[in-house]
Amino acid sequence: MIRYLRLLGVQLRASALLGMQYRIDFALDGLIEVFWAITSIIPLFVVYSARATVAGWSFGESLLVVGWFTLLAAVLEGAISPSLTNVVEHIRKGTLDFVLIKPADAQFLVCTARIQPWRAINVVTAVIIFGYAFRLLGHSPTFGGIAMSLALLWASTAVLFSLGILTVSAAFYVVRIDNLMHLFIAIFDAARWPSAVFRGVIRFIFTFVIPLALMTTYPAQALLGTLPVSTFVLSLLGACVFVGLSRLVWLRALGKYTSAS
Amino acid sequence: MSVRSTVLALPTLLRIGFADAVAYRAEMIVWTLSATMPLIMLALWLAVASEAPMGRLGQPELIAYFLATFVVRQLTASWVCWKINTEVRDGTLAMRLLRPVHPLVAYGAENLAAIPLRGILSLPAAIVALALVGTTPLPRDPVLWILWAFSMVGAWLITLLANFAIGCLALFLESSIKLMDVWFTLFLVFSGYLIPVELFPPLVRTIGDWLPFRYQLGLPVEIMTSAHDRASALTLVGQQWAIVVLHLGFTAFVWRRGLGRFAAYGG
Repeated sequence: MIRYLRLLGVQLRASALLGMQYRIDFALDGLIEVFWAITSIIPLFVVYSARATVAGWSFGESLLVVGWFTLLAAVLEGAISPSLTNVVEHIRKGTLDFVLIKPADAQFLVCTARIQPWRAINVVTAVIIFGYAFRLLGHSPTFGGIAMSLALLWASTAVLFSLGILTVSAAFYVVRIDNLMHLFIAIFDAARWPSAVFRGVIRFIFTFVIPLALMTTYPAQALLGTLPVSTFVLSLLGACVFVGLSRLVWLRALGKYTSAS
Repeated sequence: MSVRSTVLALPTLLRIGFADAVAYRAEMIVWTLSATMPLIMLALWLAVASEAPMGRLGQPELIAYFLATFVVRQLTASWVCWKINTEVRDGTLAMRLLRPVHPLVAYGAENLAAIPLRGILSLPAAIVALALVGTTPLPRDPVLWILWAFSMVGAWLITLLANFAIGCLALFLESSIKLMDVWFTLFLVFSGYLIPVELFPPLVRTIGDWLPFRYQLGLPVEIMTSAHDRASALTLVGQQWAIVVLHLGFTAFVWRRGLGRFAAYGG
């Protein structure tokens, strides 16, 4: 365990150095992140200028969802998506060999290989959004609420990683897959809104197949103190199932890997 | 690089482009699916409008609007900026320069040739729209349909030229993908892709009228869903084509200046 934590530190440092190699890009990327976070709230303002509540969510409450979305987007686009694009590249070129011969778990290595440090700025943006939302709501979250939402943050990060691993596992079978990641990021965008907005089939998909509700709506509800305990427990269990499933699929897919030759 | 050689080369260019689109059809389907944002926004706006309509827009109007957005976006898409960036980096732009056809024409033909396939892929959205709301939102006036056709060509040209111009900036900056990201972000907000332009507060609307983004997408969608009468549609299409001309001038300028700096790595 300690060894893996130290390994994570090494991988992070290497990624940071790589990221800062191109300084203008680095600064520009940070700026674009902030700009994107601000513009992505505009639809929210337009919607709420005409209505006090949408599907039972007030402006302040919806902002909490946006805050969680911003936080998870930082994880998704800063750590998961670049690392996994990297694996796909490895698989296509056959250089995954170099990862496999290292004396550490290959899944751990590929998941932490490319981390884009400027995305961390989104964490700051998210905290600002949380602060503003709670000022509008006029109360602060309870300690229990914060603990619950942090547990859900772990769960949603785990689910995101698992979905990424499942996507990559497909790359062992069909090689051209990089745009599947784009598709996933496009779908993830729906997590910006409280899941109560969606009805019917879409709602079912966003709750069980690609659990977007777990990622942003439930943590926001936890902070508000309105999340049922049963939903909380089921979410954690669901996340564990996702992790186990993706591990199983990854190991099976790895068996399909035919190396460079 | 005469007009004659360009016209002669055009059918071949279109054929190559079409073959390219068909060869990577799985990829094309994924790209089509990843432009589902209008459908997500539709779900959202329907929830918003379930109590009372937003201005002129009730639920049927919103369904028509966002499905039309999906279709128009598919038909006017361009990915030239990414292509130029790759070709500047790996030096294959040099190959294009040897050919007796202007690269802009070649890239344009490539995008144009993909339209039939993209049209087929977006057909389901059109059928669903017709099944759900019928033909009521469509304009009855043939003059409006002629203006719509012009607005579609204009929208496509603005997207292509902007892509080309920003792509050419790669000749100065090594990579201009980041700039394209900024452009795309502004496009998402101001084009009517996420929010129908008429729902914006007046100040933002006025700013949007002077920016190119609405003319890339919102205008054809608005004409298609009967948001304008003849006079206002004509004015807006006029403004759109003025923007096309401006883009053309700027693109030509950037291209000529940038080409002088082109040095293929290892080429």
